[in-house]
Amino acid sequence: MTLRNDIAITPDLVASHGLKPDEYQKILDLIGREPTYTELGIFSAMWNEHCSYKSSKKWLRTLPTKGPRVIQGPGENAGVVDIGDGQAVVFKMESHNHPSYIEPYQGAATGVGGILRDVFTMGARPVAAMNALRFGAPDHEKTRHLVSGVVAGVGGYGNSFGVPTVGGEVEFDARYNGNNLVNAFAAGLADTDKIFYSEAKGVGLPVVYLGAKTGRDGVGGATMASAEFGDDIEEKRPTVQVGDPFTEKRLLEACLELMQTGAVIAIQDMGAAGLTCSAVEMGAKGDLGIELDLDKVPVREERMTAYEMMLSESQERMLMVLHPEKEAAARKVFEKWELDFATVGKTTDDLRFRVLWQGDEVANLPIKELGDEAPEYDRPWTEPKIPAPLAKDDVPQMDVAEALLALVGGHQCSSRRWVYEQYDTLIQGNSMQRPGGDAGVIRVEGHETKGLAFSSDVNPRYCEANPFEGGKQAVAECWRNLTATGAEPLAATDNLNFGNPERPEIMGQLVKAIEGIGEACRVLEFPIVSGNVSLYNETNGRGILPTPTIGGVGLLPEWKQSVGIGFAAENQPILLIGGPAERGTHLGQSIYLRDLFDRRDGDAPHVDLAAEKKTGDFVRKLIRSGAVTACHDLSDGGLGVALAEMAMAGEIGATVTDVEGNDPILTFFGEDQGRYLVTLNLDPQGAEIAALWKEAEALGIFAPWIGSTGGTTLTLGGAKPVSVATLKAAHESWFPSFMEGEPSL
Amino acid sequence: MKAAVIVFPGLNRDRDMIAALTKIGGEKPAVVWHQDSDIPDADLIVIPGGFSYGDYLRCGAIAARSPIMDSLRERAASGTKVLGVCNGFQILIEAGLLPGALMRNNSLKFVCREVKLEVTNAETDFTRGYTKGQIIRCPVAHHDGNYFADAETLQRLEGDGRVAFRYAEGTNPNGSINDIAGILNEQKNVLGLMPHPENLIESAHGGDDGRALFAAALKQVA
Repeated sequence: MTLRNDIAITPDLVASHGLKPDEYQKILDLIGREPTYTELGIFSAMWNEHCSYKSSKKWLRTLPTKGPRVIQGPGENAGVVDIGDGQAVVFKMESHNHPSYIEPYQGAATGVGGILRDVFTMGARPVAAMNALRFGAPDHEKTRHLVSGVVAGVGGYGNSFGVPTVGGEVEFDARYNGNNLVNAFAAGLADTDKIFYSEAKGVGLPVVYLGAKTGRDGVGGATMASAEFGDDIEEKRPTVQVGDPFTEKRLLEACLELMQTGAVIAIQDMGAAGLTCSAVEMGAKGDLGIELDLDKVPVREERMTAYEMMLSESQERMLMVLHPEKEAAARKVFEKWELDFATVGKTTDDLRFRVLWQGDEVANLPIKELGDEAPEYDRPWTEPKIPAPLAKDDVPQMDVAEALLALVGGHQCSSRRWVYEQYDTLIQGNSMQRPGGDAGVIRVEGHETKGLAFSSDVNPRYCEANPFEGGKQAVAECWRNLTATGAEPLAATDNLNFGNPERPEIMGQLVKAIEGIGEACRVLEFPIVSGNVSLYNETNGRGILPTPTIGGVGLLPEWKQSVGIGFAAENQPILLIGGPAERGTHLGQSIYLRDLFDRRDGDAPHVDLAAEKKTGDFVRKLIRSGAVTACHDLSDGGLGVALAEMAMAGEIGATVTDVEGNDPILTFFGEDQGRYLVTLNLDPQGAEIAALWKEAEALGIFAPWIGSTGGTTLTLGGAKPVSVATLKAAHESWFPSFMEGEPSL
Repeated sequence: MKAAVIVFPGLNRDRDMIAALTKIGGEKPAVVWHQDSDIPDADLIVIPGGFSYGDYLRCGAIAARSPIMDSLRERAASGTKVLGVCNGFQILIEAGLLPGALMRNNSLKFVCREVKLEVTNAETDFTRGYTKGQIIRCPVAHHDGNYFADAETLQRLEGDGRVAFRYAEGTNPNGSINDIAGILNEQKNVLGLMPHPENLIESAHGGDDGRALFAAALKQVA
């Protein structure tokens, strides 16, 4: 079938492009005539939710995006943050949810490819990757297939490209049954004076196409990603792109070499909506028009129409505005790496986006209105209904030791080794802390002592119950995880995954979560420098749990000072820093309730941001003093699970006390926020620890000595001891048994 | 002592290897592009790991037919030390410089973890820094490291001391026959191994068990 440009524009055709009647009317008003078929495709690509952020923009603007270290905030391919010594970290997180559900391997692989390209487009060599993956219930018929395909796809692309995966998340919940989430994060290093941007400059300059050839894969992908799923998803398989990490690796090396030639004025990767989106963004940002001649575009399939070329999402491609006098040197680099290099157009001064194909002008549109002045909505939203807090005496009872073992060996808290061993976690030789701890840590190449920490976090249960508190908590937990390695949290990227924004209650979740994120980022001085919004994560009208994933980056002046989560030695005092005097009080929305009692009630725990900041700063200072031998933040499963994780990682046991007058279930499984466990190389009776307590007291931070490391068992207060080996066996076996088809659900 | 590193498109542990050789040898190795026809004067030639040509055909098969390989064969025949790690090992096998085959891991999955290696032969120019039977730590990161050879080849490898390293203590990550992790050619100047000693050479890596291999290989032949 060959699609032609003179095809008639009918209401059905408009609807199948994801454009609403009022949006189509806007097009007619804007251009004063009926659009051509190619133009309709271009509008659908630029004005869909995925590319235009039309539902979220109003709210995204409220986020704090500036800070003393921020070089580039949202709006570019990735955020850029100063890490001193003329170096910058460049990072972003982006979703590839819909494609990964339709075709898990390629969907996940191209998600990783896309985010890596966002980073090296800016001149940064990727040095770390993370992946936040969320799947349906373990017993759902598709879950195993999706886990296996997504993990293989993430690994298949990242391993071949050559970036270490340093962290991530894997979570299961029935609410993702028909719509899994794949959020891919990448970070790179660049010199602050060699950052490349997408804003075109100069009239009449060549627009050059780089990388792989254009095929028909992914035509309409961005529009697909902006619609809900129905029962027809199998038909959408052709909209998923196919990744080629070998070409991406060559493209990386070629781009970095090219940038050294001084030939690049502006550069933009071709991601969603490929050639259309990249050309429009470059022109619109630079207040310039762009003219493209599609007959010059390198293609790998015959008889491609203008429509197909403009909407293709073939991977591993870039668009660049070039200094014409450096063209020969630039071309040589791409010939060496055996990649395409073709001048396909030029910049103009008329603010039009013009597309030529076989001698005809197939599109002639105003570039600003397509790009940065695309339509924007203030969608109606309703205030979320927050569940009532649990009654004080509503503490369902279970044997503490048995509960601990069940949680540590359950789907939520069990080891993710099965996943991360399929990722290359140590390539580049700089991985100081690999997956399995609070945050991944790498050392910074080209510097003697500096390190970077990375963490990705969100608790969708909390966000569902209380979007505002959940948004705050996601930021706070990320900040906390970075702090627990000794790093100073610098900035974050947000990947907001929600349902259909046209439903006021979903829009309410989005609005309140962004409000919470903004408040936490302001108090914790942790600006958002890049991000991505993925809406319409629904199947047959049922939305996912609201999932605003936060990916954060922290700086370690001395990576040698960073600590891990494993108990380091016997007979060291364990301190619980932060939180209430009872140690644990909050059971609402906890893993204890959900996984052991099948209850999803109560309010989410609230984060006291001022206390969070104070406690984190105190812990970081303590780590940097050299007194801390291990540190772990408390999250899912509270104090009990955190202690078990430290014991298993260090293969050393511990004995901790109960709290008089507090229910042990609350003490050990409450999910109160803002808490850390540390072990110290200090004498618990000595002067140094006394000084520490004095300082904590002056700051109003609880830092009780709750027990000591040692032995081969973990004993939680009056509960029966559990051997670390038993915990470890349960912890390590859930994932492999699940994937082998013997789930102990 | 001079070293050279051959780079094919799609390799990605070239930077790790260059860093290791520079840190241990004190001198940056020459970097040779696969399209070159000549390898500069070097006592040790290394093919690092990665995914040459995306591993889209059999791993290493396309790289093994690159222009530079004729020069490598000549150097190997004349006694220059050649080391192939991971994809480099696969390329050496595909080039016919080492016997056998590297198949997909028996788990059918990529595996990245630390394993234990037994030094089976400590009397080669690569392994002199270890003692026979010594157990060392070493990371692996590969999808196709499942070594196989027919019974006759295996017998020769075992009988002639040409198995340099063996996965030890039940840590065989890929199903390799006889737990083979690294093998030598007949003259014992060509070594191929799947694990990555270049990723365990300093305290920052959490250990330096891989260092002795490079220290020995970089030592001037008396």
